[in-house]
Amino acid sequence: MDLVATPAQTIGPFFGFALPYDGDADLVPPGHPDAVQLIGRVLDGDGAPVPDALLEIWQADATGEIPQRPGSRARDPFAFTGWGRAATDRAGWYRFTTVRPGPVAGAVPFIAMTVFARGLLRHLFTRVYLPGTADDRLLASLPAERRATLVATADGPRLRFDVRLQGPDETVFLDFAAADE
Amino acid sequence: MAVAASSDAAAATQAQISAEIAAAAKEYAGAGREETTARLDYRPYRSSILRHPTKDLHHADPETLELLGPVFGDQDVDPLEADLTIQHGGEPIGERTLITGRVLDGQGRPVAGQLVEIWQANAAGRYVHKRDQHHAPIDPNFAGVGRCRTGPDGSYRFLTIKPGPYPWRNHDNAWRPAHVHFSIFGTAFTQRLVTQMYFPGDPLFDLDPIFQSIVDPRARDRLVAAYDHELTRPETHTGYRWDIVLTGAASTPLDREEG
Repeated sequence: MDLVATPAQTIGPFFGFALPYDGDADLVPPGHPDAVQLIGRVLDGDGAPVPDALLEIWQADATGEIPQRPGSRARDPFAFTGWGRAATDRAGWYRFTTVRPGPVAGAVPFIAMTVFARGLLRHLFTRVYLPGTADDRLLASLPAERRATLVATADGPRLRFDVRLQGPDETVFLDFAAADE
Repeated sequence: MAVAASSDAAAATQAQISAEIAAAAKEYAGAGREETTARLDYRPYRSSILRHPTKDLHHADPETLELLGPVFGDQDVDPLEADLTIQHGGEPIGERTLITGRVLDGQGRPVAGQLVEIWQANAAGRYVHKRDQHHAPIDPNFAGVGRCRTGPDGSYRFLTIKPGPYPWRNHDNAWRPAHVHFSIFGTAFTQRLVTQMYFPGDPLFDLDPIFQSIVDPRARDRLVAAYDHELTRPETHTGYRWDIVLTGAASTPLDREEG
């Protein structure tokens, strides 16, 4: 039996009272010895900030293990669940506190990201590679000038990753459609 | 390309928006290809003009990480969060209704134990969100937020108040059909879905650029719940049934061609 997927619709402007929650963007406590901040802005086709976007990330822990334990909404600071959610602020900034993911079974590490926003009729998938990543199958399949849109830059203790929904430096967004076939 | 977007948004009439909707529908009907989800580039929804990617989505084979996803457990959701009518001191105003169904994967298997979140306007069409400037009254006994985890058979169940239609500023005299926002997690990162559920027979369907951004009528029907009298309880609540299918990908190879 092959069922057709339920269509997506925009997250709209009013998710702010429903989806964010205390600790949503802190995959580890800020005081965790390996904590890094993943920060950036969500920008529209004019380069203007998108103040009503919601980002979700999903990643392996520092050793490359993919967590399969509950507790993403009721956080236990000693139990890494690998998932977080962050709404953008009025200037379009988001901030996660997490750890650098390790390689999953030897693969090049990355943080998986989903982008939702008012004005975005369906969500977008992308990847955040760690600073300096070059040798990766997906990156190699992209035109050279677009690869940098998927690679975070080191900004002191932070990983910086901007999401550009449109424009010359538009972020590469991913389509996993063939996975269904 | 996009500079005129905000200026003409204020000026557009419903007739102009409806003409754009009709033009997109006519083009689709003659194109001979099937689209199954919302278009990203859909000008009648003015806010999308500067917020849609203009480059094709890039095909990626999912890595192991993307074939798994977060796991939610008993500690993450209180079962009482599935009843939106008891979260405050008194009884909310409006038509009490049960919304239930199953979350399934593309092979029809239940998606069990996963998180479903909903949010919606109250019976008067007002959200509690501080940015909602609609003059309709706030109901002190209704926040319009619910959560649950799917059962072993993939089922979810919310007791709520039927939302009212909602005025917005996409164009002059713009009204959204009554809807409930749904956020659903599958077992894979690629199955993530945020969407909206509608009620059957809504007179605003044809006028709404968000609903019509799904240009295929059969695909739109997949967002419309069915009234089910078997779910209705005497002197208690009405009932609607709506199943959700998560197949993993947001777009088909065909609708990538829309550019």
